[in-house]
Amino acid sequence: MANFFQHVIAGLANGGVYATLALALVLIHRATGILNFAQGEMGMFATYIAWSLINSRGLTYWLAFTITLALAFLGGAAVHQAAIRPFSHRSELTVVLVTIALLGIFNGAAGWIWGPEEKFFQSPFPLRVFDVGGVVINEQDLGAIGVSLACVAVVFALFRYTRLGLQMRASALAPETSRLLGIRVVPMLSIGWGLAAMLSAVAGMMAAQALVLSPNYMLLVLTYAFAGAVLGGIDSPIGAVVGAYTLGVGLSLLSEYVPSLGSSLQLPVALAILVLVLLVRPAGLFGRVVVRRV
Amino acid sequence: MALLELRDVEASYGPLKALHGISLVVDEGQAVAILGANGAGKTTTLRAISGTVQTSGDIVFDGKRIGRRAPESIARLGIAHVPEGRGIYGELSVWENMRLGGVVRRDRNGMKQDVERAFGYFPRLRERLKQQAGTLSGGEQQMLALARALVSRPRLLLLDEPSLGLAPVIVREFFRIIRALNQEEGLAVLVVEQNAKIALASVQHAYLLEVGRVALDAPSTELEKHEGVRASYLGY
Repeated sequence: MANFFQHVIAGLANGGVYATLALALVLIHRATGILNFAQGEMGMFATYIAWSLINSRGLTYWLAFTITLALAFLGGAAVHQAAIRPFSHRSELTVVLVTIALLGIFNGAAGWIWGPEEKFFQSPFPLRVFDVGGVVINEQDLGAIGVSLACVAVVFALFRYTRLGLQMRASALAPETSRLLGIRVVPMLSIGWGLAAMLSAVAGMMAAQALVLSPNYMLLVLTYAFAGAVLGGIDSPIGAVVGAYTLGVGLSLLSEYVPSLGSSLQLPVALAILVLVLLVRPAGLFGRVVVRRV
Repeated sequence: MALLELRDVEASYGPLKALHGISLVVDEGQAVAILGANGAGKTTTLRAISGTVQTSGDIVFDGKRIGRRAPESIARLGIAHVPEGRGIYGELSVWENMRLGGVVRRDRNGMKQDVERAFGYFPRLRERLKQQAGTLSGGEQQMLALARALVSRPRLLLLDEPSLGLAPVIVREFFRIIRALNQEEGLAVLVVEQNAKIALASVQHAYLLEVGRVALDAPSTELEKHEGVRASYLGY
């Protein structure tokens, strides 16, 4: 049983990273109607910036973390203004292709600036373990779970309880109506892109402490975040978060109890889940069918 | 005094011209109706005012030329446009929909007063604040759209086909409230309506549009007696 809980905790730590990135994907999907393939790479790029701030400028981890989040916000808003908005009247396929181009650009730029070799990205949490009734818990895992939960909670509170959040939701749901109510829709969408970039940056930094920092390390994380978001519902923020945690825990347990599938076939399993959900329940487990009357 | 004035306004959707030079006036505190057949340019006239269609000519609101402004800045000047189909956010709650009417307002207390005022007209909305707005009946959604407009404390209310798809009893109730807002609170109203009878009974002045032009404009009492209008729009 202790072994089981240990793998649940490890799964939650990974799931937290997927959940943070999945939430970013859902924000963009609701605001712009597309899947942002560059979402993971935006987090990767931000993590390199944090790495530079820590290792070249000698900043403490949390100071670098804070500055990186601020830069990520500005970067995300800038990407929306410069690369997405000019295509807002084009088809969704065009915008998706732009995000795929951005994926390549961020990936290439990171390799060019920081080199292709892997870098060590420190964790802000001590490498300590403690024992709770036979379950050995790693403090780094616990920290990653805490940070991801905190991010998710802040984003939910922003959308649910603030004027800004309400305007952002309205802008995403019905831009034309929102403009008639005096809402400045384009800045709202840019703020959404900025927030999504901040979430990606958090996911990037949390993932880098568990993996190693290289230009490609977020591609796999993006795939898992996408699978988790689809599992819960690509239009449901809560669904995406729950889906991502479920996927993280599920894959962790799979690798322990079905080693033949779990270790080398984690990615195919995740993708199989993704295809299965799209086939059986395209709105996802938490996807809400909107009731409309005319 | 003129609150809103359109002078020779033209509008097109791509190559298709919808307005061929419309001129009209809404005075402070006045209720005005725009009548006409389908495709006469009624909706386009409202869209020209709220900035959601490209126009040429002069549109002056409260002494300011608004013809080239963006919809959101026109709305902030005090023009509340309840569009055709009502523009309700079906996924949001009734309260969130109402809140959005005043979401760009800075004066919290003023907004609270206007929310209470709206509940005074629509007490049933207060019972349904947490309900998803998409589950309301058509009549309730129309009431919600009007309540949301009131929360913005508009100086001019634009209504596009408010009677569309509603039961006659609801339509009468809706126009009773419009008359109260106009006559008791002095709110200026410009309403586009297919139901000419109830519209003419609720406004002081009306314009009759035909293929993008003003064919006739007169006080509503005169239009009610006008032979052509009676034959074409009132049906008696």
